[in-house]
Amino acid sequence: MAEPSVEPRVPTVIADDVHIVYRVNGAKTGRGSATAALSRMLRRGSGEADRGVRKVHAVRGVSFVAHRGEAIGLIGSNGSGKSTLLRAIAGLLPPESGKVYTDGQPSLLGVNAALMTDLTGERNVILGGLAMGMSREQVKERYQDIVDFSGINDKGDFITLPMRTYSSGMSARLRFSIAAAKDHDVLMIDEALATGDAKFQKRSEERIRELRKEAGTVFLVSHSNKSIRDTCDRVLWLERGELRMDGPTDEVLREYEKFTGR
Amino acid sequence: MSERSHDGGVLLSPPASPDEGLAAAELAAKYGLAVSGARPSLGEYVRQLWGRRHFILAFSSAKLTAQYSQARLGQLWQVATPLLNAGVYFMIFGLILGADRGMSKGVYIPFLVTGIFVFTFTQSSVMSGVRAISGNLGLVRALHFPRAALPVSFAFQQLQQLLYSMIVLVVIVVGFGSYPDASWALAVPVLALQFLFNMGLALIFARAGAKTPDLAQLMPFVMRTWMYASGVMFSIRVMLEGKPQWISDVLQWNPAAVYMDLMRFALIEGYGSENLPPHVWAVGAGWAVLFAVGGFVYFWQAEERYGRG
Repeated sequence: MAEPSVEPRVPTVIADDVHIVYRVNGAKTGRGSATAALSRMLRRGSGEADRGVRKVHAVRGVSFVAHRGEAIGLIGSNGSGKSTLLRAIAGLLPPESGKVYTDGQPSLLGVNAALMTDLTGERNVILGGLAMGMSREQVKERYQDIVDFSGINDKGDFITLPMRTYSSGMSARLRFSIAAAKDHDVLMIDEALATGDAKFQKRSEERIRELRKEAGTVFLVSHSNKSIRDTCDRVLWLERGELRMDGPTDEVLREYEKFTGR
Repeated sequence: MSERSHDGGVLLSPPASPDEGLAAAELAAKYGLAVSGARPSLGEYVRQLWGRRHFILAFSSAKLTAQYSQARLGQLWQVATPLLNAGVYFMIFGLILGADRGMSKGVYIPFLVTGIFVFTFTQSSVMSGVRAISGNLGLVRALHFPRAALPVSFAFQQLQQLLYSMIVLVVIVVGFGSYPDASWALAVPVLALQFLFNMGLALIFARAGAKTPDLAQLMPFVMRTWMYASGVMFSIRVMLEGKPQWISDVLQWNPAAVYMDLMRFALIEGYGSENLPPHVWAVGAGWAVLFAVGGFVYFWQAEERYGRG
């Protein structure tokens, strides 16, 4: 193999024939009645289908290579496996078969699950930061930035109130602010991040751009073709868990718009 | 493992790329990419877990605080709950059933309450261990951290809960005439050993519960059986009077009974070493090390599978 004369494109994420399957207990009959569960247990055969475990094949054989400096959009209709694929890249959802190779630890921009609505916003900022793997010092250092960015305290001292007392817009803002406080190698952003009022949306778009600059590779899941066009130079189009198209943004979006009838 | 190299848009780069024709695994190896979500080595895993120690502690105390945050009395329930618990057991076993065979009231009440608190510590560690992964799938699927952080964190939460109970216990023990002396210092190593044991159990049940969530329904019955067999409300030694010595030794060597007896021995004046089985400290330490190490390794072995749908 000859030495490359130009700067080689360095891969950061390689997905190799990835399949992801969800298993749902007791969903076979659609009802979880006791007699149905009993008859399932008594039925001969130990195959999963016999025990009433239903399989949902969410991602079917997706392969691609992402390179440093790329911003990749993921599009597809609801339930096409976009978010599932992101989780597999992050190593959070183990693939049924196939492999995902990554450079460093990809992180999903999202922290909702670690937060507890019964606790004050203050404690949630600390808890969320620690959950994302920040050190105690880093959390302390960025605490004020996070609170200021969220704008929670603009209308009074809300950060010391439990999160359950926040309006949905307020808690979405705080969640985004916590999630966006960390720098990432490979960054993955799921849709529905642009929450809150127009002012906050603008601020969060700016922050996403900043994060993009720092991150090696960015994945963005969105249903908004505009925000994909604005931020991504390459698009993966998933449909029913299969990779339907992979190419430059304009090309794929043109086909996608034809497909969705616009 | 598939050996496909350039179908389905695997390589979009212009054909001039030097990487053309490399299989995914070779390409990954060339640029030093690692399999995402692969299980780290045991040593690396311990290191990662240590790196998350602040998260573990913050998560456990957050859970503990969140528990009573809706109640009007708030954190007062941390102390009130064990106090009420002790009151109910005292009424039933102390006053109505009179299970205090061979013990004076001054010994039996602290004996009973110590037993209940110490056993509850193990019981709730197991129960929260069962749900540690299966009840926090959202967290497991959203963020990256060594999964053992969850069961360990829940074990810490129970330890903090027990420390509140110990306040109540000290009041009761003193109220029945056992005053603080040098032997009270033994309570610290007893708690440390029991905590290690509980953490191991929580890790084991976290893995089991992640695979079979039904355990959450089954375990309360198992735990209750274990409680009645471990001499929480009665002295095993007195119950088996006249039977061969080794039978009660074996029963008393079960980990729950060991930690209960050691704690009673430490705190209660009228509960002397004649109530303890032989080699009790060695047995207690053995259980702790066996379960903590064994549970940790057992949990680690399935690390890459937690969170699968």
